[in-house]
Amino acid sequence: MFFILSSFAVFSPHPPEAHAQKINGAGATFPYPVYSKWAFKYNQITGIGVNYQSIGSGGGIQQIKAKTVDFGASDAPLVKSELDKIGIIQFPMVIGGVVPVINLPGIKPGQLKLSPETLSGIFLGKIKKWNDPSIRVINPGLALPNRAIAVVHRADGSGTTWIFTNYLDKVSPEWHNRVGTDKAVSWPAGVAGKGNEGVAAYVQRINGSIGYVEYAYALVNKMNYTLLRNSAGEFSSPTVENFQAAAANADWKNAPGFYLVLTNQPGKNSWPITGASFILLYKEQKNASQAKAMLDFFDWCFRHGDSAARQLDYVPLPQSLYDLVEDLWTKEIRSNGRPVWKMAK
Amino acid sequence: MYKRQNTVIEERTDFSSKILLFTSLPFYPAKEEIMELNPIQKYNRALDYLFKGTAAFFALLIVAVMIGILLQLLENSLPAIHKFGFSFLFSQEWNPVSGKFGAASSIYGTLISTVIAMILAVPLSLVIALFLVELAPPLIGNLVGNAIELLAAIPSIIYGMWGLFVFAPFMEKHIQIPLQEHFGFIPLFQGPPMGIGMLSAGIILALMVLPFVCAVMRDVFRMVPSVVKEASYGMGSTTWEVTRRVTISYGVQGLLGAIILGLGRAIGETMAVTFVIGNSHSISPSLFEAGNTIASTLANEFTEADNPIYLSALVSLGLVLFLITFVIQIIAHFWLKRIRKSMGGGL
Amino acid sequence: MKIVSGLASFIGILFLTWILFEVVRKGAGALNISFFTELTSPAGIAGGVANAIIGTVLITLLAALIGVPAGLFAGVYLSEFGSYSRLGSLVRFSINVMIGVPSIIVGLFVYTILVLPFKHFSGYAGAAALAIIMMPVAARTTEDMLNLVPNSLKESALALGTPRWRTTLGIVFRAAKTGLITGVLLAVARVSGETAPLLFTAMNSQYWPKSLNEPTANLTITIFNYAMSPYADWQEKAWGASLLIMTGVLLLTILARILAKEAKK
Repeated sequence: MFFILSSFAVFSPHPPEAHAQKINGAGATFPYPVYSKWAFKYNQITGIGVNYQSIGSGGGIQQIKAKTVDFGASDAPLVKSELDKIGIIQFPMVIGGVVPVINLPGIKPGQLKLSPETLSGIFLGKIKKWNDPSIRVINPGLALPNRAIAVVHRADGSGTTWIFTNYLDKVSPEWHNRVGTDKAVSWPAGVAGKGNEGVAAYVQRINGSIGYVEYAYALVNKMNYTLLRNSAGEFSSPTVENFQAAAANADWKNAPGFYLVLTNQPGKNSWPITGASFILLYKEQKNASQAKAMLDFFDWCFRHGDSAARQLDYVPLPQSLYDLVEDLWTKEIRSNGRPVWKMAK
Repeated sequence: MYKRQNTVIEERTDFSSKILLFTSLPFYPAKEEIMELNPIQKYNRALDYLFKGTAAFFALLIVAVMIGILLQLLENSLPAIHKFGFSFLFSQEWNPVSGKFGAASSIYGTLISTVIAMILAVPLSLVIALFLVELAPPLIGNLVGNAIELLAAIPSIIYGMWGLFVFAPFMEKHIQIPLQEHFGFIPLFQGPPMGIGMLSAGIILALMVLPFVCAVMRDVFRMVPSVVKEASYGMGSTTWEVTRRVTISYGVQGLLGAIILGLGRAIGETMAVTFVIGNSHSISPSLFEAGNTIASTLANEFTEADNPIYLSALVSLGLVLFLITFVIQIIAHFWLKRIRKSMGGGL
Repeated sequence: MKIVSGLASFIGILFLTWILFEVVRKGAGALNISFFTELTSPAGIAGGVANAIIGTVLITLLAALIGVPAGLFAGVYLSEFGSYSRLGSLVRFSINVMIGVPSIIVGLFVYTILVLPFKHFSGYAGAAALAIIMMPVAARTTEDMLNLVPNSLKESALALGTPRWRTTLGIVFRAAKTGLITGVLLAVARVSGETAPLLFTAMNSQYWPKSLNEPTANLTITIFNYAMSPYADWQEKAWGASLLIMTGVLLLTILARILAKEAKK
């Protein structure tokens, strides 16, 4: 039966295939849905097959180092010295936000307000009850129960954890000293769920729990998200506009190698736990036409991929940022000494 | 009785070949003619060599792969071994940020979850296999047999997802909470009943191991020659006696092979365990607490590990697992020797 | 005795039914024509898993072609020639150790020897990884089954002048046939649900498998990607694909058993 079905599949009509080019990329799990959607649409239009697979940010970095893929993707940016050592460039491709979610009967989504101090205190295991004075102070008028806080975090390594811990690291000296930032850390408190799905499942099941998930998961599962006070002192809510505000207000021009983490960015509306996902490419490209094809693809994503991204709850880059990226391509990417990219304008 | 049988057979073998030799003596060709084999014999001889050669080749291939994997594990573990030394085996610390790693919790988790899985799966498999071969009417036997084999076909990620989304809530409500209510004073049952943890992982592993062990055991029992069983029945043994004394004894080596198959699956299972064991790097006596196994830690953290020491520590975990399997094999080897001595081989 | 064993079987069946029920419930909705005929598509866009199905079939077939004979012959060696020799003990030891190696480690090993040197992922590497996992399982069951064939059978054949190779392949194999087939089926079932070894070898692909010498689409990694996503249609497809794998292996089992019975006649 398998064979009958597969012969059906082979002989049925399908989109124009990549006789021309196949481009392979691998890395971060976070942007997988949107990269694969962009690749799908691009393939329908041009016939070029960009194949992106999520094997993890660590995997993406390993593979681009080993040159087994044409481009890598990572949720955590590499520092300039590391980039230069390997001979690659990185640029942000898409933006997303990490959202604290809770399970507290009687509290509606978007009602609970948290501050950097309370959020870090909870995840450090120091604030143990929901009616702790520090939480009550910022939430006057909310009836907070005398219930223990159950912390849920990730069991597996992930870029989401990296962004979240990066934020906590920035705003809490104690977190910085005790825990630090990484894709997997030694959590002071709580239980671990596998993947965003696992964390979401636990939070939904355990009364009085708090966890953190990617924006898409919070949205799709209609979870109880909290507001968070940003560096401007305002309580921001996790929305696409506020993620973009964080990206737009960030100082990309002065970030060497685009090493910039979008957590705790300035701006009235900026969501404090925003993050960008990065693409990694070699400066020296062996095959000029392959390199040009790759850049054409990314260019298409930047210019025409907005609606596709938004449909999946991802946040496209602001135009100003894209200009900087294109500038980088023009200056840095070479094949046999000759530049590959020419700016359209 | 079995001991004697063994030597009887050995004798018989020698005897039969001696008889063959003796009776064919008059027909032996003269010396010159002995060396000349007819074409068919040459052909068979060559094929025999080819046969033995091919078999040996593939057997050695497996050895070569094992050595290859071992070498690669060693090579990539060196940085971690260099940094931590033996303390790696005993430290519970697991901190990617500070770069300090220890395998203790992983080793503990691997052993405990495997033990739970085997305790649950092996007796169950044995009994089911006996049911399928001895007691069940053929139609039911076939049906149930196929159903058990189907369990082997379920992708491990499905076990994981089913375990997390369906089984864990069930465990929490119907098993963990009642256990805590009645036996909460035993440290085994303390800790937050979340439906996940060591016990849940052990049960899921048992489910995954069951079809392998059971299918092989069933075939082992089927291979017991009816002659032997009937002889025993003829002497007036009950079904249970026949099963215990004859069927199981005859196939004990095969049964052990089945157990080893299941053990291997349990020890190395990656996907399913990561979903329900909670991935906590500390050792706790409670069965309800989260833990981790070597395989689950590898699966959870390998793709995202980015610094060399982290990667090396993870590979070292793999090396430790290899060594654990080595030790289990050596123990099994000696145990098997003892059983062989007391029970004899086959017919 | 009957009650105990009947009860045990019942427990086994119970869990199977439970899991099967859940998989069917969650995945049956995804099994439509486009599921079997269309490419993998982004979330929210209609599509199927046809390329993954083809990829998995190709990779598993290749893996079986390598792993099954290899395992069979290794088992034969142990049973026929290696029962008491030192080399035999070493081989047996290796097989038992290999059965317990986590599949992700096998994947990493094959990555080092078949992906890194060639600087690209490939379906061949994926097949190699699966074959390495299959071999020891097949070898273990083969040796055990062959050992269960009464020596008297082997000896009578040899005494009649049958050459060694024919005795084993023709007569002993036939006697142990059911058990051998079980071993092979178990090995295939084991690898058909594996994700980790394919991650760093065949990777995965959104496109039709034109050649096995590049990242190849496969069902298990697709299931993993879809299941861990927040999109309902992807999750449904993940369950549907799992149902497909289970059904496939079940059909294979039934087919193999029917063929075995036919041959016996």
